Amino acid sequence: MAVVSIPHVRVQAISACVPKRCQRNAQDEKIDEKDRGLLIRATGVEERRIASIGLTAVDLCEVAARELLRNQCVDPDSIDILVLVTQSGDFPLPASAIILQDRLGLRRDIMAFDVGLGCSGYIYGLSIVAGLMQSMGLRRGLLLSGDVSSTRCSVSDKSTYPLFGDAGSATLLQHDVTAQDMHLSLFSDGSGYKNIIIRDGGMRNGFSESSFVPHVVSPGITRSRLHLELDGMGVFSFATSRVPPSVNDILSSLKMQSSDIDFFVMHQANKLINETVRRKCGFSNEQTPYSLAKFGNTSSASIPLTIVAELGDLLARRSAVLLLSGFGVGLSWGNALIHVDELRCLPLIEVSDDGRQV
Amino acid sequence: MNITDFIEKLEVEFEEVEKGSITPNTVFLDMKEWCSLYALIVMAIVSTDYDVDLSGDDLVGVATVSDLFDLIQRRKAI
Repeated sequence: MAVVSIPHVRVQAISACVPKRCQRNAQDEKIDEKDRGLLIRATGVEERRIASIGLTAVDLCEVAARELLRNQCVDPDSIDILVLVTQSGDFPLPASAIILQDRLGLRRDIMAFDVGLGCSGYIYGLSIVAGLMQSMGLRRGLLLSGDVSSTRCSVSDKSTYPLFGDAGSATLLQHDVTAQDMHLSLFSDGSGYKNIIIRDGGMRNGFSESSFVPHVVSPGITRSRLHLELDGMGVFSFATSRVPPSVNDILSSLKMQSSDIDFFVMHQANKLINETVRRKCGFSNEQTPYSLAKFGNTSSASIPLTIVAELGDLLARRSAVLLLSGFGVGLSWGNALIHVDELRCLPLIEVSDDGRQV
Repeated sequence: MNITDFIEKLEVEFEEVEKGSITPNTVFLDMKEWCSLYALIVMAIVSTDYDVDLSGDDLVGVATVSDLFDLIQRRKAI
């Protein structure tokens, strides 16, 4: 698609919330000891935060949102739209965003809905919230994004379980006639839908007894049809061939170069993919923050989590041009070029197994 | 570009493989260290250093280091 520009919407503040519970890949006894070093080196994931049973993405996003509103002294009544990007809502129906409207004490005369996207979801969420704010004359929007992907992975699948972590995030968007345009490009390719998939549990295949039966795919990979399945080579091929041209296109259409960008914040997929994309796009190490080592792949929360964890202090004191790039399940990808000025990032929030802040 | 440089790049990234043991005739699947992560490492090297994007099927279709290098050269020539 052509690059779309949205005026008068500013990204004002971001928060992120993760479970306190931490799992280190070096101590994962499900993986052969000789394989652990290579896995950590290739994926870049040293440890991940894991939600206990009962702690959901909605819980993590709620804490992130509540703290963001409190910290920014934002009256919940002033929020005009709530969008939750998640693939792990609390129920098949209703949409979790509507439940959060009530839990966060937001007005009833607002839009609240879910967006079912993963790794590209933060970019889509920004475009949806900013686009609706601009077109409908809304003044304040709340974008929540997060997943508890660890619960979707088989603990006996070394191709998924050591990669994924759990997190929720909240982003406050503000109408501001002085804000510089937000620039977006969004892409979809459903021909690759099997590259990242949970086969059973939806309307297409439903549930059956066989859905729950673990089967050995290869040494170190045992899972059922209710577990996340990831074609590593297919995803690598997709990300490294599609994302760099799309990044270069958005830059060239804005007559910019990689050197004009202060920070290139990618979805945190794995180190092999991200480093290949970074090099092909021409960004330096200094321009490219990573939260992968500490949190793994946190789906739609990975971009805001990386901003909070790696750039929070820096961005509080300056203006900056950020190029955000999300890519993955769908297959779906997108880029957002945003200008931030003294962006307020809350310190990373941690919660215990019962969802209380620690 | 020559195959000696390519093998050097492989040996840098294949930390678990004994240095000097990879030759043009090395069959990837015969390497005792070979695994799916090594396949991804190969794809990353080829994509970054040679600007050639391989698919999983491409890798399945080559047996030796020399076969892969030939494939890269053919793709570069297109």
